[in-house]
Order: sequence, then structure tokens, then C-alpha cells
Amino acid sequence: MPNGAGEPISGGSGPTVGVLALQGAFEVHQQRLHRLGVRAPLIRTPRELDAVDALVLPGGESTTMSRLLGTSGLFDVLAARLADGMPVFGTCAGMILCATEVLDARPDQRGFELIDITVRRNGYGRQLDSFEADLDVQGLATPFHAVFIRAPLVERLGTGVEVLACHDGVPVLVRAGSCTVAAFHPELTDDVRLHELFVEHLSSTD
Amino acid sequence: MTESRSTGTFPVKRGLAEMMKGGVIMDVVTPGQAKVAEDAGAVAVMALERVPADIRRDGGVARMSDPEMIEGIKAAVSIPVMAKVRIGHFVEAQILQALGVDFIDESEVLTPADEAHHIDKFAFDVPFVCGATNLGEALRRISEGAAMIRSKGEAGTGNVVEAVRHLRSIIGDIKKITQADQAELFEWAKRLQAPLPLVQEIAETGKLQVPLFCAGGLATPADAALAMQLGAESVFVGSGIFKSEDPGPRAKAIVEATTHFNDPDILAKVSRGLGAPMTGIEMDDVNQRYAERGW
Repeated sequence: MPNGAGEPISGGSGPTVGVLALQGAFEVHQQRLHRLGVRAPLIRTPRELDAVDALVLPGGESTTMSRLLGTSGLFDVLAARLADGMPVFGTCAGMILCATEVLDARPDQRGFELIDITVRRNGYGRQLDSFEADLDVQGLATPFHAVFIRAPLVERLGTGVEVLACHDGVPVLVRAGSCTVAAFHPELTDDVRLHELFVEHLSSTD
Repeated sequence: MTESRSTGTFPVKRGLAEMMKGGVIMDVVTPGQAKVAEDAGAVAVMALERVPADIRRDGGVARMSDPEMIEGIKAAVSIPVMAKVRIGHFVEAQILQALGVDFIDESEVLTPADEAHHIDKFAFDVPFVCGATNLGEALRRISEGAAMIRSKGEAGTGNVVEAVRHLRSIIGDIKKITQADQAELFEWAKRLQAPLPLVQEIAETGKLQVPLFCAGGLATPADAALAMQLGAESVFVGSGIFKSEDPGPRAKAIVEATTHFNDPDILAKVSRGLGAPMTGIEMDDVNQRYAERGW
């Protein structure tokens, strides 16, 4: 496994996982994927989307990203790719962008409605309520240390949504089909196991 | 077991700064302006009573804003709300933390309260951003617990030249340190008056330990993209938006320019027809250099 973060990987036959880079914590996601030896180009325009097999929607401000998805012309192109089954891993704001229902959102905020959950923006409170905690994650032998920043709160799960981890009884990592979403930020710790699970899941569903 | 949680830790503070990368933080003085900023795609607003250009014009002592005004802005938007305290004024910071603001700016734009000590930022659960004109200043602020650094520039001037100077100084020295050998790192720490471990960390990672944003004098989409191309990870725009002729479109354009900072075609498109920017001041005509406050 390549050691240093931020090393661009060329060649290889594995999947290319784009990282939406309109705003937010995209760079650390890219570093985690690079550490796994995965090509991870930053995506800011529709043209850049052509080359990717899967996508990470990072944390950041969902209102900002939603607006930039519109102005960049990415929204419709991306929505079509996602509806077509392109695998996606959304963290925090990325979870909000994937949910079918978002509470406390701005009225003009748009999302991709990929996973049947209801989330409340900033449902855990303001920054002073942001926290770190260890989570038991399905498929991982030891707990995963998770950082929650003004996190979205999952308030409803639709049928067929698989819960991979909970905190205080609330689902915080869930999956349905090719869409995996986390209320927390796996990119903020050195632990690459969740990125690894996502990439492995890609190969298994190829 | 796995059900406990810890709040106010350094990773949690730094995490919010990380979420603001590639974004624009806008100064606002009313709930109405805060809405305009949020509509435009700001990642956060800085709530204050007067933008730096007005503080500059009015003179006198500039202090923390009225809590009522900050609460009005908090109620108006769903994005993070920042507010400023005077350098060293830890009681203003205690008040802002009690109000539940999301980030505190220990800012040279306000009149300093302490001529020797910055705030012990580890003592707070709320994250802090601090200004810096050079790498030594940035590392001293990080050693005091800052979760974000912004290059100071010269606030309220609409003139980007000082922001460029400070950003180039910080990033230039970071680049040099990555080329230094171990013996030279001792000398760097001495010259920068900064803790050696932080200097050694830069030698290894080539980056500050916390996000580096740019502030002070940005007024156009091109200014924002310039800061980003020079290596800033986000921008603060103060007087530049609400002292311009038509704040809404300018705010939106600066947001787009910050995301697409490396794409001249998009920059050309968003820079069109924005009306007059703020007038701005030439540096020789600046009566008070805010960047000289803090040490």
C-alpha cells in the first residue's frame, strides 16, 4: 500500500473514485483514497465527471454545495449518473445531499434523493455540540473513531435501508444499494477502513 | 463502550475549519445581510456591528458586538456564525461562547485589549481563528490553540496587496522549511520565535497543522481566486461585499470564483457586470495598520 498521503496514483485497473470538490473537506477524502491506492480526481465540472466510476460527496456546507451544483452545471449530469446506479459515499453534507427528505433545509436546497431517509440539518446542534465518539461498525473488528461536526441527525429510515453503525441508538452510517452515507467524517481521522469498505463494495458489485 | 462522546476537543474544532475549505466567509452587520450571504453560498458569516471599512472611518475603540445583534444573525441563517473579540479579551470570548457562536475570531480589526497576551484558546470549547502576517505569528497562534489561521491582509481597504504579501510570506517560508535539514530547523524555530515541534511538523507535512485562509482587502472574484491560487484554502471577504454597489451578485460571483479559482473561463464569466466594487484605499493613505496589532 502506498504510504504518503496526497500521492497521485496513475495506471492500475481499479476503479476511479471522484471526489466532489465544490467546497468542503474534499482534499482529506482524496488523501485517504490515495492511501488505498485508488485514483481520486477532484470533480468541479461536468466534463471531469466522465472519467469516474464512483463518487465521494464530502462534508462542508450543504447550502453552499447545493448552490454550486447548480451554477457549475453539475447537478443534472450528476443526478443522471447517480440515478443510473453510480456508487456514492456521502459524508455529513454529502449525507444531506443523498437523503430523500431534509428537515431544516433552505427551501431552494436541492438533493439527489438516493436513499430513503429523513435527516435534520444540524440535528445534533451547533458547533459547541460537535463531538468525537467510538462507533461499532458492522464489518469492522474494532471500533471506528468518528468525528461529528454540526452533524445531520437521521430521524427516519425507509425500508431496505441497512444500518451499519449507530451512536446513542441513532443510525449514523447507513447504506441502500450503491449509496452509503455517514453523519460523521471518516476523512478527519487517519483510519481508512470506511473508505476501504466503500472501495471493496465497489468491486463486489461490479 | 461506544456510546460516550467528547465535545470541544481540538479535532472537533479543527474539523469545522476543515468543513469551511474552498468557501467564502462574509462579514455581515444585519440579519438581512446574513440572508444575502447565505443565499449567495457563503460557508459562514462573521457577525459584527460595523464592517472594517466603517471601523476605519469612524475611529475610536472597536469592541465585541452587542449579543442581541449576534443573536439576530444566528436566528436568520443556518450556516455557522462567527464573531470577533479583541486580541487578549478572554471575557468577550467567554460571552461569545455562552451565546453559542460557532467560531471566534480573535481579531486585529478590533482594538487590542492586551498588549502582551493573546487568548489561551485551549481553555475554550469553541474554535478560534487568528490572523497572521508571517509564519512565526501563525505558529504562535497555533501553539495557543487556534484551529484556523487567516493571513491578515489590511482589513477595510479593498486593497489586496497586503493579503498577498502575508500569504506569500507564510507559504514561502513553509516551502523553505520543507527543504531545510534538521540543524536548520532549530534556526528556523529561533528565527520565527515559534515552537520547534510545530516547525518540525511543517518540515514533514509541508502544511500548517490547521487550515490557512486569507483575509483583509479582498474585493473582487479575481482577488478571491488570486488568494486561492497563492495557496489559501478559503477566503474571508469583509467590507468588499456590502460596501460594493450591488452586494448580492458580487457575493455569488466571489463564491463561484473561490470554487473555480483555477478556471479562467469561469472567472471571466462570473466577473462580468457586477457593478462598482468598493472604492478602496492605497496603502500610503492608510492611517492605521491593523495588521501591526498582535505579536
